[in-house]
Amino acid sequence: MATERAPLAHQFDDLAQQHEAGTLGMWLFLATELMVFGALFTGYAAYRCAYSREFEEASRHLNLLFGGVNTLVLLTSSLTMALAIRAAQLDKRKAVVGCLTLTVLLGTAFMVLKGIEYYSDYLDNLVPGLAFEPQKWADLSLRPERVELFLLLYYIMTALHALHLIVGIAVLIVMIVLTRRGSFTPEHYAPLEVSGLYWHFVDIVWIFLLPLLYLIGTHTHL
Amino acid sequence: MSDRVVPQSTYYAVFAALIALTLVTVGGSFVPLSEGWHTALGLAIATAKALLVALFFMHVLYGPRLTRVVIVGALLWLAILIGLTLSDYLTRDWLAY
Repeated sequence: MATERAPLAHQFDDLAQQHEAGTLGMWLFLATELMVFGALFTGYAAYRCAYSREFEEASRHLNLLFGGVNTLVLLTSSLTMALAIRAAQLDKRKAVVGCLTLTVLLGTAFMVLKGIEYYSDYLDNLVPGLAFEPQKWADLSLRPERVELFLLLYYIMTALHALHLIVGIAVLIVMIVLTRRGSFTPEHYAPLEVSGLYWHFVDIVWIFLLPLLYLIGTHTHL
Repeated sequence: MSDRVVPQSTYYAVFAALIALTLVTVGGSFVPLSEGWHTALGLAIATAKALLVALFFMHVLYGPRLTRVVIVGALLWLAILIGLTLSDYLTRDWLAY
């Protein structure tokens, strides 16, 4: 197609209706995402209750410093995301690009920290099947296989979250390009709003992962 | 558009509250509590944080009512998923056979 696509698709009466339909569609998608993560949270809950001693002790061995700092990083990225959309509403294109770039950088920083944390988990012998000391846990009169279950849930849940964050970063990079091209106006910025909803949802998932993975036992040091 | 422009100060206030709640929840993990209370405290604070993000950053407070219907519906299905599953797993010890 040689012609530029008009902001208003022909099935909508006006941009306001299109905007509302777009955000509602995103919320419906997020509802399905909630079920994806919900299944993991349900599995976690069942075994958290059944193997509470192992889960609490294993949780104490995770690196709380990484988990805490990453929470602050992700919350800050949600702020810059919200500010980006506000700038779009006010037609401040440079501010939109700046805030989106910051959001992408913070998301990337989260991924880098998460990678370093995985490596430190490996050095701490917290990777079942790769680096794990069953005897160390047995000496604490805990069942090693239950500790492994907690650790596997930790890796699966954080990896699925990280996968969503990578998708979010890719979406935001596209949004930066579109913003620079001048594709959005204060009347038409629904793609930005919808990307923001996705980004905040991924943040909310992490908000729940922090206490469930890192904070269920009593810590003595960071 | 239909969305109201939220004052910048609101976003900063919400962000400050989110950071404060994070510090409280991480700090709380150093307080010796008996079994299960760390999880309860962590989930309560996480729910408050998620509510702040949804209401202000995700514009649920300013958006159409239909959005809230979708959210409540989604949470209802999640409650069924978790509730029915746990009603099985948590009650298996009740009957010895």
